[in-house]
Parts: sequence; structure tokens; C-alpha cells
Amino acid sequence: MTYSTKISEILSVKTAGIAGAGGLGSNVAAALVRSGIGKLIIADFDTVSLPNLNRQFYFAAQTGMKKCNALKENLLAINPLARIEVHDCRVTPQNASAIFSECNIVVEAFDSAEEKSWFAEYMTGHFPRIPLVMGSGLAGWGGFERLKIQQADNLYVCGDQESDALPHAVLTAPRVIMVAMMQADTVLGILLKELNYDHHTE
Amino acid sequence: MTITLNNRQENFFGQEMTIAEIMQAKSFHFRMLVVKLNHQLIKREAYATTLVKAGDRLDIIHLVSGG
Repeated sequence: MTYSTKISEILSVKTAGIAGAGGLGSNVAAALVRSGIGKLIIADFDTVSLPNLNRQFYFAAQTGMKKCNALKENLLAINPLARIEVHDCRVTPQNASAIFSECNIVVEAFDSAEEKSWFAEYMTGHFPRIPLVMGSGLAGWGGFERLKIQQADNLYVCGDQESDALPHAVLTAPRVIMVAMMQADTVLGILLKELNYDHHTE
Repeated sequence: MTITLNNRQENFFGQEMTIAEIMQAKSFHFRMLVVKLNHQLIKREAYATTLVKAGDRLDIIHLVSGG
């Protein structure tokens, strides 16, 4: 069996959760659908607006749509057979378990540091066995060499951990998408661990 | 003492320090943090009272906005 067949086989039975469908979440979702993930569970309460289009995976005609519905539409345009479950709601400590407990891995893609903080504590405390891939530090431009992935047990944090989007920094497509791709790549690395394949040596 | 801080060996004076003292020594001044000591999540309220000893593993992650 070829490696690509094995990869599709492994990924096709995996479920990834995505908490937030903004710049990080929408782009992570696209990368994972292209990679052949079995199922995505996406939660977001927000609506697509014009300023989102500078970095998020939405289109001008979708402004005013709920992000979770617009994202599902776009992901199905990539692969009509993709399994996409969406939750049109704000993720809270009250519903996080019901939404994400069946996931093999969860991606944190919230906007604010406060949300990232409670979600990290909640998931680490309630679901220590589910790897959590977070994004922290992706504002502005340049400084790609400072982007890193820090791992502490089942917690993976992608970004430079310093460039804050608040109060004045701007979010730009290249850096936001780069961190989103670091998250998506980390997800693949974790899900494909069982393959034991080191592409650097083959 | 030597501890493993964010996957790197780091030396500090003294045999015991609180997490808050280590943060101060390393200038970790961000508002939102995830802190794990020997794989256990440490709540913010406990930073000033939790002791770190030689050989411990301490992970301090900064959370900043943007997503």
C-alpha cells in the first residue's frame, strides 16, 4: 500500500474540532478538508463582514452570512463529500463538552486571549487526552523566524506568543494564514503519528 | 537549581522558588498565561504560592489576542 493511501485511510476516520471560524479557524478547516480529514466539527457565532475578507476564508458575496454556514459552503466546494458539522453558537464552558468531546483533536481558533485562556484550561482539565492545538501571536507582518510551536503535554501552541492583535496591531493574511497552516500541519503530524513516516530521511 | 523551563534547561539561584518569582526573573509579564508544573495545570491564584524545585518541569505559555 502506498503512503498516500495509508494517509487517506488514517485521516478518513479522524474527527477534528475547530473552535472559532475566523482567520485561524476558516483557513485551518480548508487545509484539513484538502488533506482528507474524515469529519470537521466547527463552532462559531459570528457573521461574515467585509473587513474579515483580508484574511479569512470567505468571499465578498458571503458578507452577512453566518460564518459557520458560509464556511461549510466553501469547504463543500473543495470536497462535496466532506463531512462538516457546524454549531452556530458561541463556545462556552457550558457547551464545549457537548460540541467537542467526540473529537480526536481540537484546534483553538478564538480571537481574544481571554477566550484562549479559559478554553485551554477547560480542555486541559476535562479532556487531557485530546490534543489541543492553539494559536497565539500572529499579528502584524514580518518576523516569520520568530514563529514557533511550543508543546506542553497534549497542548501545542503555534505563533510567536508576543505579537498581540490588541490594541493597535493589525491582522494580515500572510501571518494569520501562516499560523493557521502551522496549526493544520501540527494536526496532521499528531494524527499521522501512527504512520511512523519520516519524510526527511526517505 | 536547574529546571526544565519551556523544554530548555535553565539555572536559577536558590533551591526553591515560587512560579511568580520565576516569572519575574524571566520577565514573563503577559497578562494571559497557561502554566503547567510537572504536567499539572496551575491556576493563576497559585502562582505566588506554588514552589518549583530542582529537576521540575515548568511550562509557561503566553496567550495573546488574534485569531
